[in-house]
Amino acid sequence: MAQETTSNCCAEGASQCACNDPGAAPATTLGRMDTPWTNGVVHTSVGDVPQVKTALGARDHLGSAKVRWDIGRSQYRVPPGLYAVGEPGADAPLLVSANYKLSFDHLRRALSGRSAWILVLDTKGVNVWCAAGKGTFGTDELVRRVESCALDQVVTHRKLVVPQLGASGVSAPEVHRRCGFRVEYGPVRAEDLPAFLDSGLKATGQMRRMNFGLWDRLALVPVELTNGGKKALLVAAGMVLLGGLSASGYSMAGVRTVGLVGAAQVLATFLFAAILGPALLPWLPGRAFSVKGALLGLAFFGGLAALGTSPGGSWLHAGAWVLLMPAIASFVVMNFTGASTFTSQSGVLREMRLAVPLQIAGAAVGLGLWLAGLFIAGGH
Amino acid sequence: MRYLEDTVTLEFDATRCNGCGLCARVCPHAVFALVDKRAVLTDRGACMECGACAKNCEQEAIRVRAGVGCATGLLGSVLRRTEPTNTSCGCSEDSSDCC
Repeated sequence: MAQETTSNCCAEGASQCACNDPGAAPATTLGRMDTPWTNGVVHTSVGDVPQVKTALGARDHLGSAKVRWDIGRSQYRVPPGLYAVGEPGADAPLLVSANYKLSFDHLRRALSGRSAWILVLDTKGVNVWCAAGKGTFGTDELVRRVESCALDQVVTHRKLVVPQLGASGVSAPEVHRRCGFRVEYGPVRAEDLPAFLDSGLKATGQMRRMNFGLWDRLALVPVELTNGGKKALLVAAGMVLLGGLSASGYSMAGVRTVGLVGAAQVLATFLFAAILGPALLPWLPGRAFSVKGALLGLAFFGGLAALGTSPGGSWLHAGAWVLLMPAIASFVVMNFTGASTFTSQSGVLREMRLAVPLQIAGAAVGLGLWLAGLFIAGGH
Repeated sequence: MRYLEDTVTLEFDATRCNGCGLCARVCPHAVFALVDKRAVLTDRGACMECGACAKNCEQEAIRVRAGVGCATGLLGSVLRRTEPTNTSCGCSEDSSDCC
């Protein structure tokens, strides 16, 4: 890491910051130099470029933990523009990244001990894959940044290393036509970058594959829990309130017993599906996620019954839960299609066309039976 | 892990291919391979319709209805009455529930 910690670029001369967002010019550029992850500047003919650290600090780790739990995610952005790793020269590789800080952190850590340029595109704080899907990580933004940062004066080569997962938003032939830079698609994972750079920008087949191993899937569970959890809590709150209904009027005793039990079962089904769905994904029968989820819900019902904690307490409530649990679990696991790495839109549409009506029917009939159980003597 | 295969919309016209190999390079599921300097569709069923191959094919030899395979986003687009092709993982630019 360079010792050279001169004062920040914008205080000395404004022109060098031209490639950063004009709207966010001096003020945030000053802030940018003060960020815990920069530690100096690298001088170039077009101006001073902030130099980033390659070791992640405690604050970076805390930040990624918070993002995993969906806390303050929309603020977790890196100001777009050009950054330096080490002491890059005019022949150093030029790597493109999204301005989602987690992506940026993976990238700078992978470049530890090396010299390179990082061009951060404005993807509104969204990761490369999702941003490429919606086009913010795309040809237009890339060409615009290449030009506004005057990259043709920063480096002598004409190669941009773009993460492979950005390819659905970037057209390499068009980038070449419009700004003269050739796009070289880098590996899917930042950890493979050193090997890719050392082999002269050649990726092995393995580096090009998108995996979805157990740890990849489990890392997504917290976000699933925070997103789906809000809906699950609403449904659970509804069950608590409805639990007070009975043939003899509304009773707090009902709220405390049937209502709370119902709410607990809704939340338990949600947790069961949101954790075990991703964890057991390859082993759950069926290809459609909604089928995997429905089976998981049935298994949960069966498990509770086998343990002797009858999910119902009466035949009406047993009937209610044998429908409600698969319906809830099916919906929860179906929503994991977006986080998975191998579902096609046509496939998701196909399964939803059948699954969503069945989930609604299951939930409606299940809820009807549950309510009926409240009113019919011996129902609970 | 494999997903529903018979719905895949990927189409490849081998006669237009110039063998640049970009499709094979950008595909995260090895749907294309480069054999004798020509692209070959080796595993169509593994296609997730991300559209990277078609976007990078200068010869327009590849066609696919690109989109995000995300139930949350698709439900949202049905509720908002927008085209599923405009769906992008259910998250607006500033929303946090992105995949």
